[in-house]
Amino acid sequence: MAQPVSRESIEKEPRTRRADKAVASVCPYCAVGCSQLVYVRDKRIIDIEGNPASPINEGTLCPKGASTFQYVVNPNRVTTVRYRAPYSDHWEDRPLEWAMDRIATLIKETRDATFVERTAEGKLVNQTTAIATLGGATMDIEENYLIKKLFSGGLGVVSIENQARI
Amino acid sequence: MGSNMAENHPVGYRWPMKAREKGATIIHVDPRFTRTSATANLYVPIRSGSDIAFLGGLINYVLTHDQWFKEYVLAYTNASTIVSGDYVDAEDNGGLFSGYDPQSGSYDNASWSYAGPPHGPARDETLQHPRCVFQILKRHYARYTPEMVERVCGSPKELFLQVAEVLTKNSGRERTSAICYAVGWTQQSYGAQIIRAAGILQLLLGNIGRPGGGIMALRGHASIQGSTDVPTLFDLLPGYLPHPAVIRGDDTLEQYMRESLVRGGYWSNLPKFVVSLLRAWYGDEARKENEYGYQWIPKLTGDHSHVSTSAAMADGKVKGFVVFGQNPANGSPHAGLQRKALTQLDWMVALDLYETETAAFWYAAPEGWKPADIKTEVFLVPTAGPGEKEGTFTNTQRLLQYHDKAVDPPGDARSDLWFLYHLGRRLKELYLESANPHDQGLRNLTWDYLPERPDPEYRIQDEPSAEKVLMEVNGYTVADHERIPGFERLKDDGSTACGVWIYSGVFPAPGQNLARRRNRTPGNYVDPEWGFAWPGNRRILYNRASADPAGKPWSERKKYVWWDAGAGSWTGLDVPDFPLGKAPDTPAKGQGTGMDLHSGSDPFTLKADGRGWLFAPSGLKDGPLPTHYEPLESPLSNDLYPRQDSPVAKRFRRTDNPISPPGDPQYPYIVTTYRVTEQYTSGSMSRWNSWLSELMPEMFAEISPELAAEKGIENLDWVVVSTPRNQIECKALVTRRVRPFRHNGNLIHEVGLPYHWGYKGLVTGAMANDLVALSEEPNVYIQEDKALTCNLRKGRLR
Amino acid sequence: MIDGYKRLMNLEEPPPPKKAKGFFTDTSLCIGCKACEVACKQWNQLPADGFAITGNSYDNTGHLGATTWRHVQFIEQAKANGSRQEQRWLMMSDVCKHCANAACLEACPTGALVRTEFDTVYVQQDICNGCGFCVPACPFGVIDRVPKESTFEVGTAHKCTLCYDRLKDDMTPACAKSCPTASIQFGDVEELQQRARQRLGELKARGESTARLYGMPEGKEAAEVGPLHAFFLLLDKPEAYNLPEVPRLPRKTMAERYGWSAAVGIGFAMVAALVFRGGRQ
Repeated sequence: MAQPVSRESIEKEPRTRRADKAVASVCPYCAVGCSQLVYVRDKRIIDIEGNPASPINEGTLCPKGASTFQYVVNPNRVTTVRYRAPYSDHWEDRPLEWAMDRIATLIKETRDATFVERTAEGKLVNQTTAIATLGGATMDIEENYLIKKLFSGGLGVVSIENQARI
Repeated sequence: MGSNMAENHPVGYRWPMKAREKGATIIHVDPRFTRTSATANLYVPIRSGSDIAFLGGLINYVLTHDQWFKEYVLAYTNASTIVSGDYVDAEDNGGLFSGYDPQSGSYDNASWSYAGPPHGPARDETLQHPRCVFQILKRHYARYTPEMVERVCGSPKELFLQVAEVLTKNSGRERTSAICYAVGWTQQSYGAQIIRAAGILQLLLGNIGRPGGGIMALRGHASIQGSTDVPTLFDLLPGYLPHPAVIRGDDTLEQYMRESLVRGGYWSNLPKFVVSLLRAWYGDEARKENEYGYQWIPKLTGDHSHVSTSAAMADGKVKGFVVFGQNPANGSPHAGLQRKALTQLDWMVALDLYETETAAFWYAAPEGWKPADIKTEVFLVPTAGPGEKEGTFTNTQRLLQYHDKAVDPPGDARSDLWFLYHLGRRLKELYLESANPHDQGLRNLTWDYLPERPDPEYRIQDEPSAEKVLMEVNGYTVADHERIPGFERLKDDGSTACGVWIYSGVFPAPGQNLARRRNRTPGNYVDPEWGFAWPGNRRILYNRASADPAGKPWSERKKYVWWDAGAGSWTGLDVPDFPLGKAPDTPAKGQGTGMDLHSGSDPFTLKADGRGWLFAPSGLKDGPLPTHYEPLESPLSNDLYPRQDSPVAKRFRRTDNPISPPGDPQYPYIVTTYRVTEQYTSGSMSRWNSWLSELMPEMFAEISPELAAEKGIENLDWVVVSTPRNQIECKALVTRRVRPFRHNGNLIHEVGLPYHWGYKGLVTGAMANDLVALSEEPNVYIQEDKALTCNLRKGRLR
Repeated sequence: MIDGYKRLMNLEEPPPPKKAKGFFTDTSLCIGCKACEVACKQWNQLPADGFAITGNSYDNTGHLGATTWRHVQFIEQAKANGSRQEQRWLMMSDVCKHCANAACLEACPTGALVRTEFDTVYVQQDICNGCGFCVPACPFGVIDRVPKESTFEVGTAHKCTLCYDRLKDDMTPACAKSCPTASIQFGDVEELQQRARQRLGELKARGESTARLYGMPEGKEAAEVGPLHAFFLLLDKPEAYNLPEVPRLPRKTMAERYGWSAAVGIGFAMVAALVFRGGRQ
């Protein structure tokens, strides 16, 4: 009955056995909030699966949740700032720090050129409607908080919106 | 209803399936026979757009069959409250309520208010007064009979009656029923009213504030609840405080704070929340003398919602646009107009893990524009994915869950938190020398989020600390920066700071990040130590209603929160959502503010009268009671009222946004849009993923065999679907899961379109959102894309 | 000869047997989400097979294959039309049956296909030479050779391993772990069989008259291939799910040729293995 087996079969093991750590995360797709375990070895993600400890998903995941590994570990990801100059027909890679400086400058220029302190009736409004932000539902609450704080409380942008509106 | 839970929340659906195996009945009411329908005990077809007629029918059934939960309704709802003598119901006014101004297309709701003093309204406990809410409700829904439901909704009468019987049989002291909905309800021109109708039904059946009851919004993004709470929405400040607006007369902080009296109930604490918010944002520069910096917050001057902003952008009125992980170029209504709007910008920053349709509009849009004609300066900033940053998601149950970091993001990819922090730091530097009064808000913005010691394990050493932000969200006392344990401690004198009052308590002390708790509690299915639910870790809102007016559980089987007379306190499986020491027999004070006006048996603490609102005297722009209207585009005329559609929904009357008139023969079919399990929203999180893309590789239109036969269409034939806005081509999936409805002897066809595809990714395809009109529900500004009209032909575009 | 082959192929004594492991796939609990398909591809790092719509309901996978080890079938059934139709949408996650008498294993001339200590059927990738004898042998059309370069070498045979690697650490196979509704249950075969019988009784009592088990020791499906270690609760006849009513073993019809093919096969495999090993070095 029992045949001899190959060395590879004898040595076969789950790749998570040698993980350096398993970190608790939350699925990035819908709002059910399934807990996931992210397995890391040599500073690379080697596996993402459901966290059995969670009362929400008890280790299970849907197909999107189960595919989270490929969402993160994927050669199609953008890993540099891609910049398209006005009227240009191509992307260019640009340094992150340059892009951050340029974006800050553009925000300031647009804000200063369009800022409305008072309405025609003299009401103090301190706003600009020429800058808008969109998005937040896929992001952490801490990130949403800083969007609102910076763009509304800091810059006077009123059109701050996200996926909850659609 | 209004949700396809098995397909769009499969792991959430784990629990209804478990309940089904224990004997619960799952009912699915939906235009299409979906994977939810297939696994439900009872499937009921319904024509898209007719949900209020169906729910109104159930309300009518409950009232006429005397199936309402009398003790609950009398004590906990406003059924007995008498409404102003000026009120005229839609039933007596052709489908319009009193106060309608056709000129502005809006309501003045003064006549919808309660009779008597605002906080001590007149009541008739016998429910006989002709103007008491109960009698108004009965009259309003009297014509929503099973026959009318069958006529309007196309739902067979016997199936409708089965639903009514199952719901009423499974509600009361011993049993509860829950209603789940999703964007199938919200994406209609009367979406909020559909949810209100469910609220009325659940209040009548005693299913609110009780375990196994409630109305569950099944939300679609990992932290869409968080982004609504915090929020990144134009009309709100954190914690559902209204955003200051010119039209509301919020000229000064004092004027703004009148809202606390308008709302009453627990909202009387609003001044504490807003002053603490201003203290969190502007630090020591928020002082009593300068209204705590209130004027640095911009005032709204109109509708600045996403849809309205898109229209303004298309008209060249928006110059700069920052897009965080969203994809309007194919994910937002009237996607063609969205793309055109992007060409009108001076600059756009798109932050994402992948190149989205939005980032690529300038060279890859189907319009075939020449890049040389497009001025927009575009930045695609790479961001971090799951496991590459830490922070908090708030799930659809209001549960905050912290996720830890496992690795650095690759290359120049950074967390959005990094982007925001370092952008803010740069902007503060650019404005450092400004003396301009309107720049002082930015200059004074507290912005100290770098960690004391960066984690040596990671390459990225200038990553801000999410926990530092969460600490500010939680709140602290200003004098000593000690964290506060919950929002009860907030003050309106400037001594406390708190970023999001409803989240207060999430991080009460160093090392006690409760969103990061991952402990199970054996013997308590509530699992109160897994994460942190707002407010104050309450898992079911208004759970005082799980006990009877005397504070005893309605039944042993459904016990949840109750009054412990010995201890003089509320207690139970969950954190009581009620003042802990307020005994059930505490009388309401005749005067005072806020909670003083509530008795010990008024569970709905956020309402001025402490009651669940069957009738909404305020808060809604389209009427105090849900009323059936047809969608803005419909092949049918309204069977219930002369008024065809919502009198206050916003249509964008623009040449590039034509809307078909009712019964337009050029667009005879209903079209509805949706998601499937295997893809995700606009596709930017799934169409770069080969494992998901192979499962649903191509765009398709689901049509019935009847429509296919009429048009000579075979399965997988190419078809063109058109609306007055645009037309798209895709393959036909001919299936009995889509069925036509009969109305007055005519066959009304429906076409179903998933909206996941676009022009970037491993798999590409036509965009359903190209067909959708710009429109807005009047309360929450959401477009109608669950019920539109279209035409369909065999063939290709060219 | 066998000893020589063993030395040559670097073979080892098999680990001591453990309790037989398997799947009970209860289609009455399947919601057709395909988490099993993706969880399998993720854990085993299998490539996608292609991006074409089939038009067959929501099934764009089509069939099990060398790089698709779980396959969710969608069967639309409807009677009458108009608004009062009776309809069902059957969903079933198909997988290798890990037969007690596995035809693939019997057909394998190289010893690549083995029965593991968990009584599952497993293809040893360092042995398989891609001869393909196993492919037509399987009465369910499960095992297949890799058609194009991917995670695996072209031509080698693959199928569900019942997550052999995970089993070694007492981990649940990826598909069963991910399944949100416990349609796929993993465990000791005997215990699963007991559970299945009980479940069938419950469903019958509830009025599910068409429910039946497929692959149980007492079922006629076991006549030749023996009990299936991955067995099913179905809501219709096996044919509705493309399952043979009685799966046949090729040896019954090919008994005479079998002896020859095995001998020839082993000889062929030894040569092939030598060449192959040389090529790898």
